[in-house]
Amino acid sequence: MPIVVKNLTHIYMPGTPFQSVALQDVNWTIEDGEFWGLIGHTGSGKSTLIQHLNGLLKPTSGEVIIDGVNINERGVNLREIRQKVGLVFQYPEHQLFEETVEKDVAFGPKNMDLPEEEIGRRVREALELVGLNYSEIKDRSPFELSGGQMRRVAIAGVLAMKPKVLILDEPTVGLDPRGRDEILREIVRLRERQNITVILVSHSMEDIAKLVDKIAVMHRGRMVDSGTPREIFRNYEGLSSIGLDIPQITHLMLRLKHQGKDVSTEVLTVEEAEAEILRAARRKGRA
Amino acid sequence: MREITIGQYIPGNSVIHRLDPRTKILITFAFMVLLFVIDDFTGYAFPAVFIIVASLLSGISLKYMIRGLRPLVVIILLTFVLNLFMIKGRVIYEVGPLDITYEGLHQGVFMVLRLVMLIVGTSLLTLTTSPITLTDGIESLLKPFSRVGVPAHELAMMMTIALRFIPTLMEETDKIMKAQMARGADFSSGNIVKRAKSLVPLLVPLFISAFRRADDLAMAMESRCYRGGENRTRMKQLRMTYADLVAFIATGLLAAGSLASRFIW
Repeated sequence: MPIVVKNLTHIYMPGTPFQSVALQDVNWTIEDGEFWGLIGHTGSGKSTLIQHLNGLLKPTSGEVIIDGVNINERGVNLREIRQKVGLVFQYPEHQLFEETVEKDVAFGPKNMDLPEEEIGRRVREALELVGLNYSEIKDRSPFELSGGQMRRVAIAGVLAMKPKVLILDEPTVGLDPRGRDEILREIVRLRERQNITVILVSHSMEDIAKLVDKIAVMHRGRMVDSGTPREIFRNYEGLSSIGLDIPQITHLMLRLKHQGKDVSTEVLTVEEAEAEILRAARRKGRA
Repeated sequence: MREITIGQYIPGNSVIHRLDPRTKILITFAFMVLLFVIDDFTGYAFPAVFIIVASLLSGISLKYMIRGLRPLVVIILLTFVLNLFMIKGRVIYEVGPLDITYEGLHQGVFMVLRLVMLIVGTSLLTLTTSPITLTDGIESLLKPFSRVGVPAHELAMMMTIALRFIPTLMEETDKIMKAQMARGADFSSGNIVKRAKSLVPLLVPLFISAFRRADDLAMAMESRCYRGGENRTRMKQLRMTYADLVAFIATGLLAAGSLASRFIW
């Protein structure tokens, strides 16, 4: 189920003194099963862009084609599109509203008019996918859970619709390190098990470098770059000129290189760095 | 929701923007009274010119202000139609059992003009005055009444807070609505009962966040030792300038002119 974005431009409040161009001529193709990271400074248009991917916003000009369906066409079934493309907003726990966790997670599937047993099965499955114990948590109020648990319940609410593409807008913001690692681990596991396409919006270059296959970089409403993490993070000057950074560990390798050490700077994780430094040390020892 | 321009502030640095908020409030008030005192068309030429000049000075296009009338079109039309048919007098046209009279037409057009000028004139105040300065102005104008028990500072503070949170809550509504729509919620179809029910997933989170924000704000104010208006000084003092004097004189001339026109013509 590929998503194709063609020459997408979006203007907020056109024709008023508050008019602002949020997206300008964005082109992007997302193939099945890819894991994308979307990075960019605050206000670069990331949120506007992802809201086009499930038809919450319509392009001012240009096209968004989801699974062969152009969302601009008249009579498009947006509900169906939103079921295929699950979108988890920032702070998704703010959208919880039901009396029990079970009912809240069931909201999405219920809107799809599924039979009762199917809804029940999906709720159980979704809660277990995000690492919660179904029978323990299903009858509790979502408002008495911890922050991390609330967020997982909210993510489960989207997963229960069995989307083929999952978009997560800063899923780890405001969580403690443990909660963050758990959520990210579950996203990876989810992708392995269900083989879905994932788009992760994040400010953490470490998380992005560790997880994704491809990165798209947004700056002032334009997509200025896209490619593999290695390609993207090679361009340190370019990234820092638009207010973005490279992973800390890549910084370290750059510093070592500057000091004259013979190491590769195309390193994105601590594990890779360890191997690379050991290799360099061994080479030196031999010489 | 974003289409509503009444009560919206457009930042700027024009002469009108820089006027003291008290001046603008008093003039708007006088302007409103005047609109109700004037009772002939020639008299209305003066406030019309006044509005046009003021909007030119403010740098906000008249077109934008008139767009603000859109949500009120129904009321304006209703006023016109009611006046048109209800007033007895010289019949100029008959539509079935209803008569259109010369007096009715006259009165209808007159009332529409009055409404339009009332709305455009008052929106000029909010368009050129930030909510914070506006409440500062109101507080300052109410101060003399605090001796007779009007809680001027508290009223102004409540208004500031309410105004401050309108955009925040609108944004929040938009966000929650989208989040629920992403889960297949439908806010715009079905009968009344179904629609009212569909609002639950929107209103519950909205109320929760409003209460949480109120709580946070109260905590933040208290931790900075806020305790009402006593002995508070201001960072921005309100001060009348030469421009304010000119504005008052212009308003005086406007009133004199429009009232005198009645006797001249």
